[in-house]
Amino acid sequence: MSGINLGGVWALYRYELSRTVRTIWQSVATPVITTALYFVVFGSAIGSRMREVGGVSYGAFIVPGLIMLSLLTQSISNAAIGIYFPKFTGTIFEILSAPLSAIEAVVAYVGAAATKSIAIGLVILATATLFVPVRIEHPAWMVAFLILTSVAFSLFGFIIGIWAKNFEQLAVIPALIVTPLTFLGGAFYSIDMLPPFWRTASLFNPVVYLVSGFRWSFYGQGDVSVEASLGFTALFISACLAVLVRIFRTGWRLKP
Amino acid sequence: MISVAAVTKRYATGFLALDSVDLAIEKGEIFALLGPNGAGKTTLIGVICGTVSMTAGKVLLDGHDVVSDFRSARSIVGLVPQEIALDIFATVRATVSFSRRLFGRPPDAGFVEQLLRDLSLWEKRNSRTLELSGGMKRRVMIAKALAHEPDVLFLDEPTAGVDVNLRREMWALVRRLRNKGVTVVLTTHYIEEAEEMADRVGVIDKGRIILVEDKTKLMRKLGKRRLRLVLHDPLPALPAALAGWPLELEDGGRRLSYRFDASAEDTGVPMLLRRLGELGVDFKDLETTASSLEDIFVDLVGRAA
Repeated sequence: MSGINLGGVWALYRYELSRTVRTIWQSVATPVITTALYFVVFGSAIGSRMREVGGVSYGAFIVPGLIMLSLLTQSISNAAIGIYFPKFTGTIFEILSAPLSAIEAVVAYVGAAATKSIAIGLVILATATLFVPVRIEHPAWMVAFLILTSVAFSLFGFIIGIWAKNFEQLAVIPALIVTPLTFLGGAFYSIDMLPPFWRTASLFNPVVYLVSGFRWSFYGQGDVSVEASLGFTALFISACLAVLVRIFRTGWRLKP
Repeated sequence: MISVAAVTKRYATGFLALDSVDLAIEKGEIFALLGPNGAGKTTLIGVICGTVSMTAGKVLLDGHDVVSDFRSARSIVGLVPQEIALDIFATVRATVSFSRRLFGRPPDAGFVEQLLRDLSLWEKRNSRTLELSGGMKRRVMIAKALAHEPDVLFLDEPTAGVDVNLRREMWALVRRLRNKGVTVVLTTHYIEEAEEMADRVGVIDKGRIILVEDKTKLMRKLGKRRLRLVLHDPLPALPAALAGWPLELEDGGRRLSYRFDASAEDTGVPMLLRRLGELGVDFKDLETTASSLEDIFVDLVGRAA
């Protein structure tokens, strides 16, 4: 046998997705309820006292940011748990002994994690339309950002899952680094609203680029240029891939 | 079928688990890797199957290098690890079908059904693996390893912690596989298991293969027992009438020790006791001991050095 083990990749992808399907109600209900709460608090209670941002009502303004927020946390946790669990239970032996290349295993695991996040992103979008008028100026770009971001952070989550030696480590990076970056990443405000120093500091926050690009695909305006957003996402994906190829080549934290 | 050349594995801790191991396993044979805990059995299997990276050396499976041509090599290998590791939420049939697909084989419901029937798992096909007993889980592990119809099956300690019935079934299964032409490599630290199942036995200790031998020959070596008689009155020397017997005086003539082959037709023990009676050599106590695996290793290592 040579070439690509497509059947194997597909089987692993399906198997990973089936884990999600088993818990479909938790998977969907949680983001829907969370998003509804955000809209009640930020959209109605606070949003009604806020000025419009760039001609868009505050409630509508936060939609892309909210989707991004879920996309990032979901992608990271799906992918991290997806690979951490087999390591924890020992079932990873089967993947390691299978005629599957490193890239093929990553495609299956990350593909499944990203698929789930994208589905959740779309569910949140649908929920949002019940609360605020949402318009999407560049639907193709919206989908592109949705996919790229999910893939990028699923890759990142996959690395965390390989790195983590226990459940605490699994939770620490999302809690300590990713959540603060997303909250300070312009999900709830335009960075133009910040004092000059913090505006400049924000430009070092990678999440700003993702939220900005995504918001641009909705309302045609963002904090940074679309090119910068796309460039950053591509850079992030490449960096994660490079790390993963190295991990699989050396077997780091996968094989003794 | 399997060729292991100068394989060395040093773990990150510095522990040398495999020390330049060479081993050749023929197609269609049942090979038992015998050794005490920590000898390197599981590490060796891991290196061959791809779950452990090797520090140096080369492994060929049916001519395919397990590193550079891992796809061809791994697609013909099935591995049943020592520990049960299953996705507890998956059903029996789903997890076995998944293994088949993962190894690049097209789906085949008929084959999976037959496999589950052979392993008495068909009744449980729709049960989640967490609902199964320990013995059933082990069968699922075997079914997963056989799902892609491998040419070589590795069984790591297949009967550790398994009841007598399942052990017998396991042995029967291995024989059926051999009849189909599947090469089986199993690890064990029970001599009886190697004796029951294997065609050839490799003895491994401290990361080195000490010897590889045909089972019947090895069993002759390993089947030695020792009879010790505690004498009533110490003997200064062996009586002339007992010359030619494999006897030794120990403990200043207070003990008489006799080595014999327990598997032989005539162990010589009744004859010896009769002779001693005739000669008036009285004894207070007697004990027989089998050569333990430890003795054997000491023996083998001693001979190898």
